[in-house]
Amino acid sequence: MIEEIGRTTEGDVMINVGPQHPATHGVLHLVITINGETIKKVEPHLGFIHRSIEKMCESLSYRQFIYVTSRMDYLSSHINNHACALCVEKGLQVEIPSRAQVIRVLMDELTRIASHELWWGAMAMDLGAFTPFFHAFRERESINDIMEETCGARLTMNYMVPGGVMQDIHPNFQRRVKDFIRLYKSKVNEYDELVTGNIIFQNRMKGVGYLSPEDAISYGCTGPPARGSGVSCDIRKLYPYEIYDQLEFDEILETGGDSFARYMVRVREMNQSIRIIEQLIDNIPEGDFQAKTKAVLKLPKGEFYQRVETARGEFGVYIVSEGGTTPYRIKFRSPGFSNLSALDHMVRGSKLGDLVAMMGTLDLVIPDIDR
Amino acid sequence: MTNEELKAKITELLPAATFEEGGQWLTINVEPKDWRLLAGQLRQDASLFFDYLFCLTCIDWKTHLTMVYHLDSTKFRHNIVIKSKLIAGNPAIETVSDIWKTANFHEREVYEMFGVNFLDHPDLRLLILPDGWEGKKPMLKDFEDPINMIKL
Repeated sequence: MIEEIGRTTEGDVMINVGPQHPATHGVLHLVITINGETIKKVEPHLGFIHRSIEKMCESLSYRQFIYVTSRMDYLSSHINNHACALCVEKGLQVEIPSRAQVIRVLMDELTRIASHELWWGAMAMDLGAFTPFFHAFRERESINDIMEETCGARLTMNYMVPGGVMQDIHPNFQRRVKDFIRLYKSKVNEYDELVTGNIIFQNRMKGVGYLSPEDAISYGCTGPPARGSGVSCDIRKLYPYEIYDQLEFDEILETGGDSFARYMVRVREMNQSIRIIEQLIDNIPEGDFQAKTKAVLKLPKGEFYQRVETARGEFGVYIVSEGGTTPYRIKFRSPGFSNLSALDHMVRGSKLGDLVAMMGTLDLVIPDIDR
Repeated sequence: MTNEELKAKITELLPAATFEEGGQWLTINVEPKDWRLLAGQLRQDASLFFDYLFCLTCIDWKTHLTMVYHLDSTKFRHNIVIKSKLIAGNPAIETVSDIWKTANFHEREVYEMFGVNFLDHPDLRLLILPDGWEGKKPMLKDFEDPINMIKL
């Protein structure tokens, strides 16, 4: 189904990948210049799912705008909501009850695992292994069930609100999370047996798509793509928010800089998230789940910026307030947008078949890029 | 570096720069014509080493546009915000896409959404908007589109 769409002056062929292509996991359009099998250039064309969320937010109140942010990076919707709630709280200067803080962090880490699980299955599927997808979804399903019970939704949760969380956790929450931890620990070895140790998989991943630490920083890469190159960039460690400074977990760093390093960062990160959940699940403090806030929120005149670590990297919310009930300007710094900009640099000189592996390790979520 | 040290250092590099404090980070106002030179120094200077541009955006203040750059140093972990007020009617500023490569995409986004002309940008054309949207600048406050815009 590959069709030539043009030729460069040097005689290289230009082809389309996407916007409807199973490996792009969404509507991403790449125009690729190839010479034989070797990629010369990759040019992303974005905007197929652009909804101008930033413009939309300018007419939404500080309670309402959080709901649209779930629609950006839908696999990290809790963490997006969390960033917005924190940013509004920074302006309001409200103290969050400790119960709400713990629930928020628990939800964030469950989301991170769910997101990495989906990526793991889809990544293996990109390389032609279909079975891992079902293994990943088996565990992910139980996280979605936990979310459904407490938040009432499985994908766009909208659970975090300025001041805390929307409602208290379900009575079954703790038991089900512990069940999930048991399930995860009994199955995690399968991941390595199925995929990580597979020699075909390793041959396709190792030494492919090298990204140097300097380039990772210069391109603004964050999250696993940067940590796979050995760049320390975990916002939870560097600029701790909520209660992350009181928790014990490691920032996962790999030094390979190739697709396999990025793969290993995510797989190892899931274990760290389990570690955080284990520390908190029996220690949810009693008390309120939401601080008392006014019905209509007004942020003082000024600028507020909140950085958080989503499953894909650094997510930033920049609110410019003029003192009214709606933000004057909102900018969402999405991790996928910057990570994608490094793709062209990574793939140059590689073979066409490796492009899919590299896109897989960037873990692109298209609505997060287009916003 | 603390904010005071940063202030002293940046005043040394660019005496015309003015500072705003009280926000989350130290904010530095620069003229568009001074920005390119200062950006290179911020990136290269061994004691500043701002190697990570984590946010680049623009604000429409109805009378003029303001460019906002958020900078971080992966070595020293200090942050600053650079603001540059653009000339009304002909918003233009020099590109920093060769200093921080992430600026390439971010500047293209600001170009199509706000109409800011980034001088010497290697590839200034639409990124997110489809063909035919050249010159429409949808993120400006006075933008109206009866077909595509749903007022909430």
